[in-house]
Amino acid sequence: MEVKTFPAVDMEIRKWGAKPESLIQVLHGTQESLGYLPEEVLTYISEKLNVPLSKIYGVVTFYNFFKLKKDAGHVIMVCMGTACYVKGSENILDVICNHLGIKPNEITKDGRFAVRIVRCLGCCGLAPAIMVDGKDVYGKVTKEKVLEILTKYS
Amino acid sequence: MKIYRIHALICAGAQCIAAGGNGFEDALKDELKKHELLKEVNIIETGCMGSCQLGPLMAVYPEGVIYTKLKPEDAKEIVEEHFLKGRAVKRLMWKEKETVLPSLSEIPFFAKQTKIVLRNCGIINPEDINEYIAQGGYEALGKALTEMTREDVIQVVKDSGLRGRGGAGFPTGKKWQLAYEQDSPIKYIVCNADEGDPGAYMNRSVLEGDPHSVLEGMTIAGYAIGAQKGFIYVRAEYPLAVKRLEIAIKQAKQAGLLGKNILGTNFSFDIELRIGAGAFVCGEETALINSIEGKRGEPRKKPPFPVQKGVFGFPTVINNVETLANIPVIIEKGAKFFRSFGTEKSPGTKVFALAGKVNITGLVEVPLGTPLRTIIYDIGGGIPEGHSFKAAQTGGPSGGVIPSQYIDVPMDYESLTSLGAIMGSGGLIVMDETSCMVDVAKFFLKFTVDESCGKCTPCREGTRQMLNILERITSGKGQMEDLELLEKLGNTIKLASLCGLGQTAPNPVLTTLRYFRDEYIAHIKDKKCPSNVCKLSSEVKNERKVFNRSSS
Ligand SMILES: Cc1cc2nc3c(=O)[nH]c(=O)nc-3n(C[C@H](O)[C@H](O)[C@H](O)COP(=O)(O)O)c2cc1C
Ligand code: FES
Repeated sequence: MEVKTFPAVDMEIRKWGAKPESLIQVLHGTQESLGYLPEEVLTYISEKLNVPLSKIYGVVTFYNFFKLKKDAGHVIMVCMGTACYVKGSENILDVICNHLGIKPNEITKDGRFAVRIVRCLGCCGLAPAIMVDGKDVYGKVTKEKVLEILTKYS
Repeated sequence: MKIYRIHALICAGAQCIAAGGNGFEDALKDELKKHELLKEVNIIETGCMGSCQLGPLMAVYPEGVIYTKLKPEDAKEIVEEHFLKGRAVKRLMWKEKETVLPSLSEIPFFAKQTKIVLRNCGIINPEDINEYIAQGGYEALGKALTEMTREDVIQVVKDSGLRGRGGAGFPTGKKWQLAYEQDSPIKYIVCNADEGDPGAYMNRSVLEGDPHSVLEGMTIAGYAIGAQKGFIYVRAEYPLAVKRLEIAIKQAKQAGLLGKNILGTNFSFDIELRIGAGAFVCGEETALINSIEGKRGEPRKKPPFPVQKGVFGFPTVINNVETLANIPVIIEKGAKFFRSFGTEKSPGTKVFALAGKVNITGLVEVPLGTPLRTIIYDIGGGIPEGHSFKAAQTGGPSGGVIPSQYIDVPMDYESLTSLGAIMGSGGLIVMDETSCMVDVAKFFLKFTVDESCGKCTPCREGTRQMLNILERITSGKGQMEDLELLEKLGNTIKLASLCGLGQTAPNPVLTTLRYFRDEYIAHIKDKKCPSNVCKLSSEVKNERKVFNRSSS
C-alpha cells in the first residue's frame, strides 16, 4: 500500500514537535498552507502526534478558526462586535446578503463568495468594519460603499 | 547617531493601515526623494497613536503637529509647505469645532490623558529594540536582576497595589507571591493576549505598538516567581501583533535580554507564542491553559488554581497584557510613583477603548478614578450630531451599563461594581438615545450563547432561555412576568455556572433591567421600541396560550 505523505504537515510537526500539545499550532500551520483541513490530513496528524482522530475532531470543531471544508473564493467577514453593532453593522450585513442572495455563514451556489459574521476585527475606531479574504480591512463602510467594495472582488 | 531636522512619526497601527496609511507613506517617501530631503526628515513607523477614527495619522516633530485623515495626494503639499518652508498645512491638521489645534499639547484628546501603559505607543518604532532601550526600556529588568532579590520584586509589585487589568482586578503582587511559594522545579508565566471582548482593542495596541514592554514585564515576573518559560497566548485575529512579537522576541534574544543567562546573570528565561483559534472562552484562564496544551478550550474547575496547577500541571501565573506592561514602570520608578496615579484602592492608570456614539473614538489612558464624564466629553469630544448621552457599557459581554444619571462616576473597580457594571478589560461603548437598551442586552446575550463552551448546563441552557425571552420581548410578544423570570434565571446562572463566562453572562440583562426597566415595559405593554430599533409587529396577537389542565 502506498503511504500518503504531506510535506507541509511534516514541516509543521518538525517545528512544533511530535507531541500531543502541538496539535493546535500544527493545525494552524496546516490550514494556512492547504486552506482547510481535509479528513485524510487529520488522520495523518492523528498518527504523527499520537492523538485519537476523535479528539482532533473535537478540537477542530471547538474553535471557530478551523475549517473542515474548502472555503469560497472570497470570504467577506462582517464585524458584529459591539462597536460595529452600535454603528449599524446589521444593515451592512443585510445589504451584502441581499446582494449575494445568501444568508450569513452560507456560500453562494457558484462557490465564489461566502459571508461570515465575526466578533471584532480590532478596528473599532473605524466601525462599522468589514474584512475580505482575511487581509483587506475596510472601515466606516456604508450601504453604498459596501457594494462598491464587492465589485472589486468579482 | 544621525541628526535629523524633522521627525515624521507615521502611525502603523492596524487601523491606520486599514485606513490607507501605507499609500500615504509611500507617497511621502517619493516626495522627500524628489526634494532630496531623505537625509533631513526621519520617517518612523510607530504603533497606535490612539485616535484611530481620524487615521491615517502622522505626528511631526519638533512642533508636535498632528495631521489626520491623510491621503497619498496630501504628501506633496506637506513636503513643499511644511518640510521645506516651515508652514504647517492647516487644512490637514487636527480640528475641533472648526478651530485648528496647532500641536499635541493643545489637543484635549492627547493632553488630558496620562500614559503609563501606552508610554511608547505612537512614539517609537515597535520593530526596533534600540528605540525601546533609548526610552529607558529594559532598565527595569537590569535593576531587578542585578539589584533586587526575587522577594524585593514581589514586594514592590505588592506595594504598588497593581491589580489585574484582564477583568477581575486580582492583586498582581499577591498572585506572584502565591506562585513564588509553590515548591516546584518548573513554573510558567502566561501572558493573556486573547482579548475577547468584542469592541475593545487595548491589548492589541500595546502588542503592536510596544511589544518589548510586555516581554520585559514577563521576564521580570519569571524572575520573581522562579519560572523558566513564558507563553504569550495571542488571538489569531491579530496577525500584525504576532509578527511584531516575533520580531521583538528575536531581537531581545540577540541582545541577551531573553534566553540563557540574561544580562550575564544566572537567570534564564524564554518566551514562546501560542496562537489562539477563535474561541472567546479561551480568555478565561483555565480554558486558556487547556488551549496551550493543545486541547479544547474548556474551563477547568477551580481549585486547584493556576498558581498551584497550571500549564502541564505546573504552577503558572497568568497575567493580562496591560498588567505586564505596567511592571517595568513599577520596578524602575517604584511603588510610590505608581501610587501617585489613580485611587487608594485602584492605583495606576487604565486604558479604555472608547467606541460607539462619541466624537473621537480610540484608545484612551487615564488614571483610575477619572470620572466617566471626563472621558466622554473632555477626551472623546462628546456625543456627535446633537444627540444626547444615554448610557455607557463597560466590560463587554460580562459587564453592564452605566446610565446617564451616573455620568460622574469615578472609573475605578469598586465604583463600577457598586453600579452593577464592571471594569472589565477596558471596553467602553457609548450609546445615545437612538440605541435600544433591550436590543443591546440581547446583542451581548447572543454573543455569550454563541460562545458558551457547552460544558456546564446553567450557562449552556440558561443563557439560551434568557435569549428566547428577550427575543420574545423585542418582537412584541413579551409578557410582564417575563421580567421577573429573566431576573430569576439570570441570578441562578450567575450562581451555578462553572466559569467566569457563565457567572457574568447575565450582567448586561440584569443591569439594563435595573436602569432601563421602562424600556422593557414599553416593548411589552405598548408593543413599541422607544428608540425605534426593534422591529415589533404592530398587530401582535398574544401567541402564548396558557394551558390549563382542567380545560384540556
Ligand atoms: C469568559 C472570560 C473571558 C476572559 N477573557 C480575557 C481576556 O481576553 N484577556 C484577559 O487578560 N483576561 C481575560 N479573562 C480573565 C482571565 O481569566 C484572567 O483573570 C486574567 O487573564 C488574569 O490576568 P490579570 O490578573 O493580569 O488580570 C477572561 C475571563 C473570562 C471568564
Ligand atoms: S467591534 Fe467591529 S472592529 Fe471592533
